[in-house]
Amino acid sequence: MNYKAFMAMLARDVRVARRNIVALLFQTFLQPLMFVYIFGRVMVGSGFMPPNYKSLLLPGIIALCMVGTGIWAVAMPLIGEFQFTREIEDRLLAPMDISWVAIEKVVAGTLQALAAGIMVIPAAWLLLRPGVDLSLHRPLLFAVVAILVALFSACGGLALGCSIEQTHIGLMFSLVVAPMIFFGCTYYPWSALANFPIMQKAVLVNPLVYASEGLRATLVPQFPHLSLLAVLIALVGFNALLLTVGLQQFHKKAVS
Amino acid sequence: MAAGIRTKDLRKIYNSPPPLAAGSGGISFAAKRSKGKQPKPEIVALDGISLDILPGEIFCLLGPNGAGKSTTVGVLTTRVRPTAGEAWIGGHDVWKEQATVKRLIGVVAQRPNLDFSLTAREILVFHGAYFGLSSHERNKRAESLLERFKLTDRADQIVRGFSGGMMQRLSIARAMMHDPQVLFLDEPSAGLDPQTRLLLWEIIREYNQSGKTVLLTTHNMEEADALCQRLAIVDHGRIIALGTPKELKSSVPGGYLVRVRLGHHAPELLQRLKSLSGVREVRATENNGADLYADRGGSLVPEVANLALAANVELCDVHISEPSLENLFLHHTGRSLRE
Repeated sequence: MNYKAFMAMLARDVRVARRNIVALLFQTFLQPLMFVYIFGRVMVGSGFMPPNYKSLLLPGIIALCMVGTGIWAVAMPLIGEFQFTREIEDRLLAPMDISWVAIEKVVAGTLQALAAGIMVIPAAWLLLRPGVDLSLHRPLLFAVVAILVALFSACGGLALGCSIEQTHIGLMFSLVVAPMIFFGCTYYPWSALANFPIMQKAVLVNPLVYASEGLRATLVPQFPHLSLLAVLIALVGFNALLLTVGLQQFHKKAVS
Repeated sequence: MAAGIRTKDLRKIYNSPPPLAAGSGGISFAAKRSKGKQPKPEIVALDGISLDILPGEIFCLLGPNGAGKSTTVGVLTTRVRPTAGEAWIGGHDVWKEQATVKRLIGVVAQRPNLDFSLTAREILVFHGAYFGLSSHERNKRAESLLERFKLTDRADQIVRGFSGGMMQRLSIARAMMHDPQVLFLDEPSAGLDPQTRLLLWEIIREYNQSGKTVLLTTHNMEEADALCQRLAIVDHGRIIALGTPKELKSSVPGGYLVRVRLGHHAPELLQRLKSLSGVREVRATENNGADLYADRGGSLVPEVANLALAANVELCDVHISEPSLENLFLHHTGRSLRE
């Protein structure tokens, strides 16, 4: 690996993100925060939802925000850079193995997803208070889960971004991202699916379930949640799988 | 140390349309064919290309679109994996020692591939950073290249709004940023105005004079003639002629080409044309035409006209070409480069 080239590419991504910061902030936070406001404040305030739904919702929103950010941050530039602008070619010609170009994208996406996760917590808390009952009783575990979730989003972005053609971006969102979010236990805990036994089993193939449940387990342990061990194993497994597939697809795109 | 380029029997067969790295369209709108119904069509892009380009040489690959020029450049720049054969840059195996090879080469792709999120200066500076140049060094070089390529005025603007010519100049500046030993330029002057083209030629010559190897592809014969020390004419993935422009031009029988078109098919007349003094070869072409390869041009025309008149065959069109690479291409392939 060529450390200098790798860091230069990371610096390039930071420069571009800084340049687009306003658009990036709206894109990352507007939708999740509207969701927080309507479901956490309006629905709870009008009595349709119990007051403790606020605390239950927050970890799901964090997961959603991180995963959305990571996928978007990695997949969208890759789709454009490989097909439309071809601007990735210059980085593919940098003196290092091209896998590192893909890994740099994953690192940049992971950092962006982590930043989104860290920033959405106080924002959502401000919108929801009073009555949010978060407890960071195991900070180290929370950090591990958060990093795995961010990494999952970036690896997913790599796999998607290198597998999908520019003309199919809309399809990617309606066929992959939207179902993942709705069946990802973001707005409800996995245990709430007990009355839908088939669905409860089926959603276990969705990595977002482990992301939401993992954050729930480390932030609001008072609610029922999947075991942390299962969450950690599943997230590590999904990350490895998506990274492998992503790198394979990346090589296919980069070298003909 | 200047580096040469060597390839041995390169072959490349695509099972699907050549993607991005080979310089073709890139975006596919075609629906995927259902699997297993018919075998994928095979496209032979390279059919045994062997080259030996000397260090410090300006070498040109001349050929029509789809001849395999860009694929050859793709293989030599690590972007296309050859189906068979080997390639070396400065003695390093292109496929096995990719990082080393990438340090030695600078590449200007056929279509602009600039980083649309950055300014012109940032593009150069980041490129320098990818190659490990120090901050001082890369800023200094970026400044002098911007100056050299007349881009200083727009240096701090995002390149999205640049004209085609400006993008092309910036692409070349970027390729030179890390001072590569071998510079690849894939159709560098396509779409440039004559003035910018001359600037480009001057820059290429100057870069070559500092001992660097340049490989450029073109379908423009004047460019090959003006710029290259040696060139290879490529068609259908094969090299059909290789040498200095002078050698190649003199390899055409006679050198001059007189193309005629007749009112109707007249094989006896073609036989008689062959006996005119100075005519080396007569070839029948499509639409009752004939190509006369000869060692003289204009003075042949009245004699051709007389023979046609005597044979009662109408002479519809006469065209004289002086010795040129175009004639050579035509002689080898029966087609014009411009067709």
